Amino acid sequence: MSSLNKNTLIKSLLFYLPIFLLFLSVLNEIDFNYLEIEYFSFNFAYILIFYWTLKNPRYLNYGSIFLAGLVNDVVVGLPMGVSSFCYLLICSVTAYLRNITITPNFINDWISLLFTILVVNSIQVISLDFIFSIEVNYMRYLINSGFTFIFYPIFLFLFNILEKKIKIQKND
Amino acid sequence: MVKGRDDFVIAIRSAFLKKSYQQKFSLLTLIFLSFIIIILGSFNFKAIQYVKIGIKEVVYRSSFIVSIPENYLKDLNIKIKEHLSFHDQFKKNEIELNDLREKKLSNDFLILENNKLRELINETVQSEDVYAKVLVDKDSPYLKTIILNKGSKNNVKIGMAIVDNSYLVGKIIEVNYTNSRALLLSDLNSKIPVLLEPIDVHAVVSGTGKNYGVIEYTKDEYGQKIRGKEIIVYTSGYGGLFKSGLPVGTILADNLNKESKVSFFSDFRQLDYVKIVSYDIGSNN
Repeated sequence: MSSLNKNTLIKSLLFYLPIFLLFLSVLNEIDFNYLEIEYFSFNFAYILIFYWTLKNPRYLNYGSIFLAGLVNDVVVGLPMGVSSFCYLLICSVTAYLRNITITPNFINDWISLLFTILVVNSIQVISLDFIFSIEVNYMRYLINSGFTFIFYPIFLFLFNILEKKIKIQKND
Repeated sequence: MVKGRDDFVIAIRSAFLKKSYQQKFSLLTLIFLSFIIIILGSFNFKAIQYVKIGIKEVVYRSSFIVSIPENYLKDLNIKIKEHLSFHDQFKKNEIELNDLREKKLSNDFLILENNKLRELINETVQSEDVYAKVLVDKDSPYLKTIILNKGSKNNVKIGMAIVDNSYLVGKIIEVNYTNSRALLLSDLNSKIPVLLEPIDVHAVVSGTGKNYGVIEYTKDEYGQKIRGKEIIVYTSGYGGLFKSGLPVGTILADNLNKESKVSFFSDFRQLDYVKIVSYDIGSNN
């Protein structure tokens, strides 16, 4: 009986892990800035949202993504709604990709991520600079997009392991 | 061709409108909702302001708690680096301490003299200090801001200066009931009027988004004047926000880029406690 309870608990914990990671990353901004490497930064939330919504939006529902975006805006100091809008744009691309793809292909997904983050960051920069008159560093956005793109395969590997574990727990 | 377009429309419609399993809202609804929030946020309705303040109060506190492990790692990293350079730093500090002791004597005399001169012209500078803890210190690649644990409850107002010991760090840009957000001098949107001493040139220090600032908008050409000199950047007091004479940083002349970089005195990555100060500069004349 106790092992059954333990199993259910682990199952739920693993199932909600992507949401937990998303909120942790927006509240904490996991970007390893304390390493003091100039220009080094990447957007963990973008990778997380892209991967899990592309795999299966059940793990990361759109409502949570919307809320996480609002939290991110408050923490970073952006006008409220901007991050939610950007995160949901990523979800739109992944939903479209899911609908048109029969056999998932890593290279296609990776290039789609590059295209998506470039579009999303461009929209963010344009809205901040031209609508809200908040001056931003274009180069930093570009480098951030580059590192986010480069780091995707590493997180893909880690998230694949996690997804397998979730599936195994589900089948038990 | 028509079939290809139909497939595209079907895929788009399915992506935006279809609510899949365990989804309470469709993508399109949420995109519209975030768009409405962006638009409403730009209006200054009281109700929206209260909602925003409420959300910020909760999120700032949560972010502080969630950031504890990362801050611990950050502190540990700094401590290890300090420990490794302990001996060299001690020798440097010893020399610097002797130098500073000598300077302090003449400095004390200058302060007394300055106070007497102020009394002569009946000028008074009154300041109100509020000590605040840095709750969230996100060294974000985009915006350089810190969140402090003092807000309108403690009479904090927009525009008040933030100082670390006696060095200027930034100014308050947003005030909530129990907390506030300060824009650091290193942020791209920060611009403060300064005075370059000892060459006596007025300028504006702009943030760069990096750990230094740049000198902009000088009235006179100062490139020749600063050659071979140590230039200290102080606030000029223009604009009335800050009092004059708050130390900001020193100039690092960068000949390659032909721009003067300002190295800030305070290390913005290591701020734990700061002072929120408001100045009331008055003359009895």
